[in-house]
Amino acid sequence: MTHKEKLVLVGNGMAGVNAIEHLLKLAPEQYDITIFGSEPHPNYNRILLSYVLAGDSKVQDIVIHPYEWYAANNITLYTHQTVTGIDTAAQTVTSDKGVKVAYDKLIIATGSNPFMLPLPGADKEGVMAYRTIRDCEIMLESAKTYKKAIVIGGGLLGLEAARGFLNLGMKVDVVHINDTIMDRQLDRPASKMLQAALEEQGIRFLLAKHSAEIIGDKRVTGLKFKDGTVAEADLIVMAVGIRPNVQLAKQAELDCNPGIIVNDYLQTSVPNVYAVGECAMHRGVAYGLVAPLYEQGAVLAKHLAGVETGPYEGSIVYTKLKVSGVDVFSGGQYNDTEGSKAIRVHDEFSGIYKKVVIKDNKIIGAVLFGDTSDGTRLMQMIREQTDISGMGKTAILTDASGSDSSASSGVASMSDDAIICGCNGVTKGTICSAIREQGLTSVEEVKNCTTASRSCGGCKPLVSDLLAIRLGAAYDKQAAKETICGCTEHSRDEVVAAIRDKGLTHVREVMSVLNWKNDEGCSKCRPALNYYLGMVHPTTYRDDSTSRFVNERMHANIQKDGTYSVVPRMYGGVTNPAELKRIAEVAEQFNVPTVKLTGGQRIDLLGVKKEDLTAMWEALDMPSGYAYGKALRTVKTCVGDTFCRFGTGDAMGVGIQMEKRFERLNTPAKVKMAVSGCPRNCAESGIKDLGVVSVDGGWELYAGGNGGVKVRVGELLTMVKTEQEIIEFTEAYLQYYRETGKYGERTSEWVNRLGIAHVREVVENEERRKELCARMEATLSVTQDPWRAAIDSSKIKQDLYEVVELK
Amino acid sequence: MQIKEEQLVWVSAVAYADLAINTGRTIRYHGEEVALFKFSSGNVQAISNRCPHKNGVLAEGIVCDEHVFCPMHDRKIHLPSGQVQAPDTGCVKTYATKVQDGLVYIGFCGVKELAG
Repeated sequence: MTHKEKLVLVGNGMAGVNAIEHLLKLAPEQYDITIFGSEPHPNYNRILLSYVLAGDSKVQDIVIHPYEWYAANNITLYTHQTVTGIDTAAQTVTSDKGVKVAYDKLIIATGSNPFMLPLPGADKEGVMAYRTIRDCEIMLESAKTYKKAIVIGGGLLGLEAARGFLNLGMKVDVVHINDTIMDRQLDRPASKMLQAALEEQGIRFLLAKHSAEIIGDKRVTGLKFKDGTVAEADLIVMAVGIRPNVQLAKQAELDCNPGIIVNDYLQTSVPNVYAVGECAMHRGVAYGLVAPLYEQGAVLAKHLAGVETGPYEGSIVYTKLKVSGVDVFSGGQYNDTEGSKAIRVHDEFSGIYKKVVIKDNKIIGAVLFGDTSDGTRLMQMIREQTDISGMGKTAILTDASGSDSSASSGVASMSDDAIICGCNGVTKGTICSAIREQGLTSVEEVKNCTTASRSCGGCKPLVSDLLAIRLGAAYDKQAAKETICGCTEHSRDEVVAAIRDKGLTHVREVMSVLNWKNDEGCSKCRPALNYYLGMVHPTTYRDDSTSRFVNERMHANIQKDGTYSVVPRMYGGVTNPAELKRIAEVAEQFNVPTVKLTGGQRIDLLGVKKEDLTAMWEALDMPSGYAYGKALRTVKTCVGDTFCRFGTGDAMGVGIQMEKRFERLNTPAKVKMAVSGCPRNCAESGIKDLGVVSVDGGWELYAGGNGGVKVRVGELLTMVKTEQEIIEFTEAYLQYYRETGKYGERTSEWVNRLGIAHVREVVENEERRKELCARMEATLSVTQDPWRAAIDSSKIKQDLYEVVELK
Repeated sequence: MQIKEEQLVWVSAVAYADLAINTGRTIRYHGEEVALFKFSSGNVQAISNRCPHKNGVLAEGIVCDEHVFCPMHDRKIHLPSGQVQAPDTGCVKTYATKVQDGLVYIGFCGVKELAG
């Protein structure tokens, strides 16, 4: 037996432990490994702390290597112990608790420390950094008592902290020294768009402000600026930057400036001592993002394992902001420099901004705001220095390769060490071996097995490309055959055909006849089957309430605290004083905490307890607005020619007629409609599932519009002359959607899939239109108001709305 | 009606026949909120009414084969064990239940003054 070499890692964080994990895969028996960490935790994913603060994850969710992993790999782990001395001559390290360990190889991965501004008063209670689980816990705890926070620093970390405070119900100001936030990552237009988006979420910005002094007695009460103004706060978080943590290295007389200087193999100035991660300084750069740290770790691991490796030559960094509701991407050199030219797209309607910086026919940087789906592709082109002289300039901004994108994303040429999922540090090699060894066939399975794409999801296209490369034609087949869910091998079309051909009449029967893997299915297939059965047998199918998602079962929208929102129907968005009075009285009677106008021109009563719902509906004496369902929601209208001097059509009248015709209609996904009285289009008919616009001599019908997640402008379906024809064509259009749409598929996706020309051909064919209208008539003939049904049935009240209070 | 049995206080909640299959019922007892389910098999199971992820109300979830899907973010929870199913993690408190004389009883941890 040969003697094992001793390897000591100082710093139990992402960079160091990742290098060890890599090393163990290459040379599992080569070293006896000891790890020291100052924090009382196993290695966790520091980048995901913002999710913990935002309340989306718990501390245990962000642990990368649980204690079992250390044990399974025979690693001696000292947590909550700080190494205080290195004897580079004797090759030993000593901890603050007196533990002394000898090494043959030593890795320093002490990371960095948050930089604390040396302001007067910075030692007061309530002034802190944002870096560790402990900091996160203090912030969560503080939010229970304190209500107003200031974050100093408008960079990535500061903004994530600020967003976290908002989620915790605190008011928050972000103070930044420059007049643009995230100025290290964003150019001015993108920065200002981000600022506006975050201001809308409730963050207040104090820009171009120089902090002078933290004021307060024992605890902080505010922050004073050099211009003499003061902002109040009972908690101040400094997020102005990080400094490499090199105290230990300096003591051991390693060369530092300011990080520990390493060469291309992560070797420091002292033999057998290495440094990796944020504490290391490579070719004049200390990185603070995860992807470079993993790239360094991969080179270090190979070097230590004695495996041949190329040098580490530095990284091109990119950033994605991880706060809710805002998509920002920045990579490479994003600012215009001498000799560079930029392609810009700025769509102020959709809030999308894209800028690609090009120099010598190569992309050197990019900033994306609002739509970051091109980020991974652009990053790849930056890394590979793709020559773009042959490409159309606008094509650079849109992935023109369509479904067969494996060639363009460049995953094939990536090395196995390349990080595919930056959030969770999953490499191409890990994903490929999981696909191979565990027989994975979908992005979902890869996510479940490796955690790649689990966090922000930005790398899904790359994971999909890897699957395509690995599985070849088999993957294409899988992709083409989209099954309803994991319970079945059958597609939507096969299931609907079976329901028709075999005359299946209830959910359990479908699952049993078609050999479902789980007897009772899952939350994906049950609602879908319930819809398809109702669509095929409109007059005879008995709806299965246990297969309905909560909102459709309860006929109210569940809110994050378990209360519900109630939206009564207000046809065409038209109401009257008596109705408004009644709504007001009901809101008071039931102590409704929030009354809000919706985007669909009606009134939302929020915060209603489930046991109050039926009584409230009875008091309202209005039909359900179906604001919760895969069904017709609203028909938005403008005042039309009734009042408007530009109006040419009776928008309100037509809207009310349409809403009365199609209310209670179940559809594959929600359906929103609008009627505008003239082409000025005040009811926004261009972004509705069906939008009607009055024009000289008739009406235009627009189909497949969407103003939601993915904005899509509706396409002209047809033109009609009379109001009666509007109803007729809408019936045919909606019924065709009901019969061919996949459950959950909006008309925007459906029209995209089928093509507007095909849909038009169907509805304009008189024979087919009449058939569709007849089936629509049958469907609508049996609907009834669900609120009334609940009010009238003690069984429904007991089963769904009763809360049993025990004494 | 309350009977003391070991450390559990058995509290009668609802009539067994009044429970609809695969439809959760919300039960409150001294500040605890419980979701009570009756499966297709006829078995009864009680579980704390909040998802460990983000406090989703489990009584309103879709029930499939002794699992409930949280209505908030679709976490899948095995009701007899309270275990959140992979790839998510976590555990929900479960309550003992029994059916006696047509009534469903839920076992709450001993509350002294009530253990009469």
